[in-house]
Amino acid sequence: MPADPNSPASTPQAVIRNFCIIAHIDHGKSTLADRMLGLTGVVEQRAMREQYLDRMDIERERGITIKAQAVRLPWKVEGVDYTLNMIDTPGHVDFTYEVSRSLAACEGAVLLVDSAQGIEAQTLANLYLAMADDLTIIPVLNKIDLPAADPDRYAAELAGLLGCDPADVLRVSGKTGAGVAALLDRIVREVPAPTGDPDAPTRAMIFDSVYDTYRGVVTYVRVVDGGLKARDRITMMSTRATHELLEIGVISPEPKAMKGLGAGEVGYLITGVKDVRRSRVGDTVTGAARQATTSLGGYRDPKPMVYSGLYPIDGSDYPDLRDALERLQLNDAALSFEPETSVALGFGFRCGFLGLLHLEIVRERLERESDLDLISTAPNVVYTVTMEDGTSTTVTNPSEFPEGKIREVREPVVRATVIAPSEYIGTIMELCQERRGVLQSMDYLSEERVEIRYTLPLGEIIFDFFDALKSRTRGYGSLDYETIGDQAADLVKVDILLQGEKVDAFSAVVHKDEAYAYGVRLTDKLRQLIPRQQFEVPIQAAIGSRVIARETIRALRKDVLAKCYGGDISRKRKLLEKQKEGKKRMKTIGRVEVPQEAFIAALGTYDEPQAKGKK
Amino acid sequence: MAFGVYVHVPFCATRCGYCDFVTYALGEWGGATLEGYVEAALGEIGLARRVLGGGSQVNTVSHVDTVSQANPVFHVDTVFFGGGTPTMLRPEALVRLLDGIRDAWGLADDAEVTAEANPDSVTGETLARLAGAGFTRVSLGMQSAVGSVLATLDRTHGPENVTRAVEGARAAGLDVSLDLIYGTPGEGLSEWRETVAAALVLAPDHVSAYSLVIEPATRMGAALARGEIAPVDPDLQAEMYEAADEAFASAGYDWYEVSNWAREGHRCRHNLGYWTGGDWWGVGPGAHSHLGAGEGRPATRWWNVKHPLEYGERIASGASPEEGREALSGEQSRIEAVMLGVRLREGLDAAALPEAARDALPALAGDGLIDEAALGEGRLVLTRRGRLLADVVVRALT
Repeated sequence: MPADPNSPASTPQAVIRNFCIIAHIDHGKSTLADRMLGLTGVVEQRAMREQYLDRMDIERERGITIKAQAVRLPWKVEGVDYTLNMIDTPGHVDFTYEVSRSLAACEGAVLLVDSAQGIEAQTLANLYLAMADDLTIIPVLNKIDLPAADPDRYAAELAGLLGCDPADVLRVSGKTGAGVAALLDRIVREVPAPTGDPDAPTRAMIFDSVYDTYRGVVTYVRVVDGGLKARDRITMMSTRATHELLEIGVISPEPKAMKGLGAGEVGYLITGVKDVRRSRVGDTVTGAARQATTSLGGYRDPKPMVYSGLYPIDGSDYPDLRDALERLQLNDAALSFEPETSVALGFGFRCGFLGLLHLEIVRERLERESDLDLISTAPNVVYTVTMEDGTSTTVTNPSEFPEGKIREVREPVVRATVIAPSEYIGTIMELCQERRGVLQSMDYLSEERVEIRYTLPLGEIIFDFFDALKSRTRGYGSLDYETIGDQAADLVKVDILLQGEKVDAFSAVVHKDEAYAYGVRLTDKLRQLIPRQQFEVPIQAAIGSRVIARETIRALRKDVLAKCYGGDISRKRKLLEKQKEGKKRMKTIGRVEVPQEAFIAALGTYDEPQAKGKK
Repeated sequence: MAFGVYVHVPFCATRCGYCDFVTYALGEWGGATLEGYVEAALGEIGLARRVLGGGSQVNTVSHVDTVSQANPVFHVDTVFFGGGTPTMLRPEALVRLLDGIRDAWGLADDAEVTAEANPDSVTGETLARLAGAGFTRVSLGMQSAVGSVLATLDRTHGPENVTRAVEGARAAGLDVSLDLIYGTPGEGLSEWRETVAAALVLAPDHVSAYSLVIEPATRMGAALARGEIAPVDPDLQAEMYEAADEAFASAGYDWYEVSNWAREGHRCRHNLGYWTGGDWWGVGPGAHSHLGAGEGRPATRWWNVKHPLEYGERIASGASPEEGREALSGEQSRIEAVMLGVRLREGLDAAALPEAARDALPALAGDGLIDEAALGEGRLVLTRRGRLLADVVVRALT
């Protein structure tokens, strides 16, 4: 690694450029970032791993970035040594808040778009966030080496969005390196230098916080005013908690301890805290001795939007699941969980997530890192139920939806943006209509591409909306959404009853018009999955006491081994012993014995969302 | 002390599509011969005699470890030649084997000696010779009276063979049992009723009726996997069972085990030995044996190597043909007693059941699986519905 001509803590703000890259998940951001690492010399070619900045296996496999990183890059323009801080941003809808904090740490943003695909909905949403923050936008088309690239067309599209000239849109290839040096030059020329006050009380914004097994929490900050030095005592402005800076440094691209960080600089802090919830994204760090009076603003508590029950398939794994969740929470301030018990699934946890991708990532990490086999219940949103007597309940688990006289049910609503080729307008509108969407507006980005905005109940898009959109638009449709509030809706709870007993894992809050279809689907599915018993078993779907669908599992008439002679006895006894072992995994609802596998298979109705993040 | 001997004859002319028993069809013998088999089986009988009692010398086989020298002398009450097809052997060979057993332990005066036979593999002459040598009973694999069903089962005999075989057995003074199979793919309730009626016309002493089980590792299992035949419908099999039970009962055959019916005094004592925890030695390739717990040893089951050639080599070299064994814990013996005893007409002594099992009885009676009246007298006896759901009852009791 070449020596950094500008040393941290003493780099003048005039030569600092802080920028991020806004891009859709597969538009080549990581490849471009890798190319920048190589070109600026911070990573030697032979040490280069593909997509160097994506640290976690899951990210690597899915080609997406979950946790932001910040890398300090030296770059020389016209004989002047500049320091570029590249702040990597998460690219998914669930992490809008993290994106907004990353953007707030920058003065400029590279808008990176695949020159064969054009801009996608989430990128557009993040672009709007960046523009709202007054960031300087540098439009860039990537993958110009691809045979399918159509840079003229998409340059025109970007120029239309940004109000610039198509000639201003840079054309690069992260893969070949073409145009990347020019991009770095342009960042230096166009992105403004930071303008904080180096002499004011210190204010630094936390834009990421990562748990490391050996170091504890590593907190990434952008220093706005003042400066931070090793051994300083610092205060978190939201909690007033004070810590000592055990280590401060920069990433280039490995962490390197430094004396400190000056105004305008980006780096990391280690204070010895063991839990990211004590060093939260969006919080402002100030000096304990000389405290700032106002925070940088913009901090908010992560709020779970989607809930799901997570259960170990093997009940004896419950303590391991708890440990694993606690471990994940060290690194994921947005994850919440509390124990719950299900008749059908046993002991587990009701977990709160920012959204569906967040749920998938958590689930997958639990299974991978802790070797747990898990079953998750159908995800649901948070409902507010107000009774006739005025009392109001927040429902995070459909089985706890109150009975009795309900005055009003409110559900969260999102503003969803879909971008797709215009030939799919009809199918997209049909899909949104089916999901109780209300059309807000529609704009053509170009002759062939359209941006459609709907308000939709969040509960209608967390199951399989994204998959449905993808399949109905042959993969061309992209989606972004943000929660905008809530609305009253005609929602009911549908219970599933086995021989008159509720099976809690299948209770669902659905729109009144969808209740019948849900009931029919679930009762039919369970009829096929639950083995016959020696008595007839009715399966009912009901709203309150009103049955809306019914199936019957016919009574088993024959369950006997015909022959049992000398040579059969050992085998038959072993079979019996095995069945007894299997009985431990049976759940008894009323008198009905149901193998847990049947519940798992029935919950598989909602398996579709789990395939969503995979390409 | 009552004691049974089972002789397994693992040879068939052809293998039936549903069969997963230890048997070798012509062409699969791999150098084994019927003569070699008979010598080896006689060798195992000699081994059994040395191990079980009257044995004058300590021998080197492993069985000796588990059987105390203080064993009472066994005498043989029942002998059963099964297979395979025992009548693949010439009658002289079967008689030599029976003589071998008689020489080893002596046969009780009223001993029951059964041979299984295919209807087309026995003649009146054969049966007369067997009867003359001490055989008392023949069990004929009739399976069905319907030609198409027999064809599906790959059986080589026709209905007329069965009539002739029964007549031959009667002429020889042998008891007759008929084996039937129900639920063959393509067989309807009316075909099954026809078979049951045909069997009753032959006036056997004993009938066994088994629902067809299509095991995966059979030709029929492969055909099922390929979708060439339909799976057996358990509801139809239940109806068939009920129809047969009805017909047998009204013709004077009482059920005494889930799949067995007999006229008074004609129950198969050998098989009852299996179901009541009796002791028996299984002679021959793949044969299973059982000895109940005795002084200083647990109840034990063991089984022989399956291939006749390996079996013969082991015996010839003085080694045990045993392939594996298991010592039963008290709990395992108890489970077996419930599992087997519940299938019998006499049922189980309710008071002897563990508490958890006794607690399950009212629900079982309520579901119509066990007989209320018998329960009042302290016996757990399956109803007809309960017989069809015997495994449900066993699971509730163990």
